[in-house]
Amino acid sequence: MHDHDHPHADAHAPITAGREPSHYEKRATAIVSLLIEKGLVTADEVRRTIEQMDERTPALGAKVVARAWVDPEFKARLLTDAKSACAELGVDTGTLANIVAIENTDAVHNVVVCTLCSCYPRSILGLPPDWYKSLSYRSRVVKNPREVLREFGLDLPHDVEVRVYDSTADMRYLVIPARPPGTEHCSETELAALVTRDSMIGVAKARTAKQ
Amino acid sequence: MSAKFKPGDHVRIRVGSPPGHFRTPSYVQGKVGRIEAVHGEFRNPETLAYGKDGLPKQFLYLVSVDQAQLWDTYAASPRDRLFIDIYEHWLEPCGG
Repeated sequence: MHDHDHPHADAHAPITAGREPSHYEKRATAIVSLLIEKGLVTADEVRRTIEQMDERTPALGAKVVARAWVDPEFKARLLTDAKSACAELGVDTGTLANIVAIENTDAVHNVVVCTLCSCYPRSILGLPPDWYKSLSYRSRVVKNPREVLREFGLDLPHDVEVRVYDSTADMRYLVIPARPPGTEHCSETELAALVTRDSMIGVAKARTAKQ
Repeated sequence: MSAKFKPGDHVRIRVGSPPGHFRTPSYVQGKVGRIEAVHGEFRNPETLAYGKDGLPKQFLYLVSVDQAQLWDTYAASPRDRLFIDIYEHWLEPCGG
């Protein structure tokens, strides 16, 4: 039993920490404590930065892709200078890494990985999914991309060229999925709803209007 | 400084495992690729990672490598390729 100042009908299990923090969690906590202690950052700045990172979602990338689908000149600018093109839509891609947009077409399918760690266009897609960081995805998609894509439910025809992008350095890759057929009359907002996170990593196509 | 390579050039990715932090995975080392794009100059992560300034900056290239060259067993399509970012000091000219 536990002892606190509100009544409830059903006893719940005691709330405890699930496990010991890992080595890296302890190290990160120690570094943050030191930085605050030395006056280099404040606890509120750390909190605010985490909040800002969590506020970034694939909706930002979807907005950019939807504009590229409806505006060929914007798409051309996005493919040449993604940072400036995103800024046109009020999407700030930050200063940490450069964004490069790559386009999926009927002839070429791009899929992105970071074999060395988990580099990801966080400024426009938010935090990466767990599978993106898994050793299995990172090691297998470079060696057997078509098989891995089939496991994601995407079976590509033999004549489509598959390009695996391994983001090893300063560039972060955003896939512009192909615009689905049957969406000619959709508004830009409706189109953005079809652009999923996975389609911007390249392990799926954009949703079709009726899905 | 100007870039040593231009799009279309054939390059060989160097073999090496310097102590510390480097960004050229072993599976592409020794392979021949083609320059697809010159991304520009960036601080060298091999020194930047250790609190240094990362200077001199290194040119960074997008390099494509045929999958069939990377993996002996790759049979899916001869057109499938890997695209990877490699810093200039990891590249050497290659006849073709």
